[in-house]
Amino acid sequence: MLLPNPRLCARCLTARPVVLRPKTQERLCKPCFLLAFETEIHETIISTNIFTRGEKIAIGASGGKDSTVLASVLKTLNERYDYGVEFVLLSIDEGIKGYRDDSLETVKRNAQQYEMELLIVGYEELYGGWTMDKVVGQIGKKGNCTYCGVFRRQALDRGAELLGIKHVVTGHNADDIAETVFMNLLRGDLPRLHRCAHITTASSTSPIKRSKPLKYAYEKEIVLYAHHKKLDYFSTECIYSPEAFRGSARALIKNLEKIRPSSILDVVKSGEAFAAMTGDIGPPAAEEEGEGGCGSTRSGGGSMAAEERRLRNKEKIVTRGKANQKGARKRNEQKLGSCVRCGYLTSQELCKACVLLDGLNKTVPRVEVELEGLKTITDGVQRVDLHMDEIKRAAAAI
Amino acid sequence: MSKPVTVTLEFSGGLETVFNNIKSRKVTIPAPEDGKTLDMGYVVKYLADNLLKGNRDMFVLADKIRPGILVLINDADWELEGEEEYEPKDGDSLLFVSTLHGG
Ligand SMILES: [Zn+2]
Ligand SMILES: [Zn+2]
Repeated sequence: MLLPNPRLCARCLTARPVVLRPKTQERLCKPCFLLAFETEIHETIISTNIFTRGEKIAIGASGGKDSTVLASVLKTLNERYDYGVEFVLLSIDEGIKGYRDDSLETVKRNAQQYEMELLIVGYEELYGGWTMDKVVGQIGKKGNCTYCGVFRRQALDRGAELLGIKHVVTGHNADDIAETVFMNLLRGDLPRLHRCAHITTASSTSPIKRSKPLKYAYEKEIVLYAHHKKLDYFSTECIYSPEAFRGSARALIKNLEKIRPSSILDVVKSGEAFAAMTGDIGPPAAEEEGEGGCGSTRSGGGSMAAEERRLRNKEKIVTRGKANQKGARKRNEQKLGSCVRCGYLTSQELCKACVLLDGLNKTVPRVEVELEGLKTITDGVQRVDLHMDEIKRAAAAI
Repeated sequence: MSKPVTVTLEFSGGLETVFNNIKSRKVTIPAPEDGKTLDMGYVVKYLADNLLKGNRDMFVLADKIRPGILVLINDADWELEGEEEYEPKDGDSLLFVSTLHGG
């Protein structure tokens, strides 16, 4: 047998190779790489059976490389293999000036390029005016990713609901999942480790199914695919993301990849093996985003983890208190109902977003008192000023 | 003794933000003063020292390309071309693209 000529593509044996595949070390020319990349995603879709003919599916689109590649590949595959599904783009406007407004322009172009319907849902409309800019203005940069994560998850669900869609696909790739597996391992969070490894998450608190068709795709190949296919994407870092814990996990993974490229996929597989070993453990996925939630899949950091832990502990205490009252002590017996305020599925009286909103609205007056002295104008302050005007007017009327 | 080379540099994937928002530019890389070879290892350090305007860690760690940044030489993965040892020629296109930025 002849050894393949390293100066030629390993598949077509004629063209100049331009990609060294991290998974297989195959040297491929541009067309062979594009086809290999697409075919692997097709195989993931088929072997995991994530799509049903006739289904309408929303692609969570941020304008970034992952979701842009996802939309492009899914369009190609749906046409090539006749899945018979319909894709629409669903974007979240977190209300971050200079960050999301630019990337939304990219999504709008993508909608035209891929001939897909586009729906943009904003935090501002969904959460009573609380854009991320305002949240950060209120609570500072620390811990804001928790808000963004909780808000984002519900926003995708609500957007999907508006579109009458029961299935959302996201652009999480093998690097993201490996990163999350690492983080959960380092935190000792096995229930989450378990969940993040699944290709589809049917969360018990969400009526909307989530899948990650790029789960086995390397970030390197996603970027190369976007480059060689000349896709139009937007790259930026969320201006509020504190690159702490997740950033370190990411650096670790990139370093491992450099030494042994198969590492990333090996970590993903390890996550799956853990999931298979542990079975269904822990409480249901209570409105949690497996990948740690921020607009960009790689934002969020140590402070977010800490904040989430704090929230979860708080929740546990509340649950325990209630359980004791009712005499029911079984830990996993969390009954699902609707949030009394907004109707979102939750095991508590209030859903996580409403709890966070409560906190934000409650702190408004206190922060304003502190800020007024500093002559800092926030919307909260303006709102209080309005109240004062109303009171004065009312007083004048009497 | 190497001679200077003129190449087209491109930065993308968010990396342009630490290179004064340069997306594409023709640049002449002078020959190393110490008589060493003008290879990609030298180019990377030269760019970090002379063209980089932002956070150096976004591009290099200890003068080597930071893991997670892809380098394409004439559109081919530099791992296929010998990485740091590749000696660029006049007219080569060198693309640096970050995979580290989100969207
Ligand atoms: Zn080929
Ligand atoms: Zn609610």
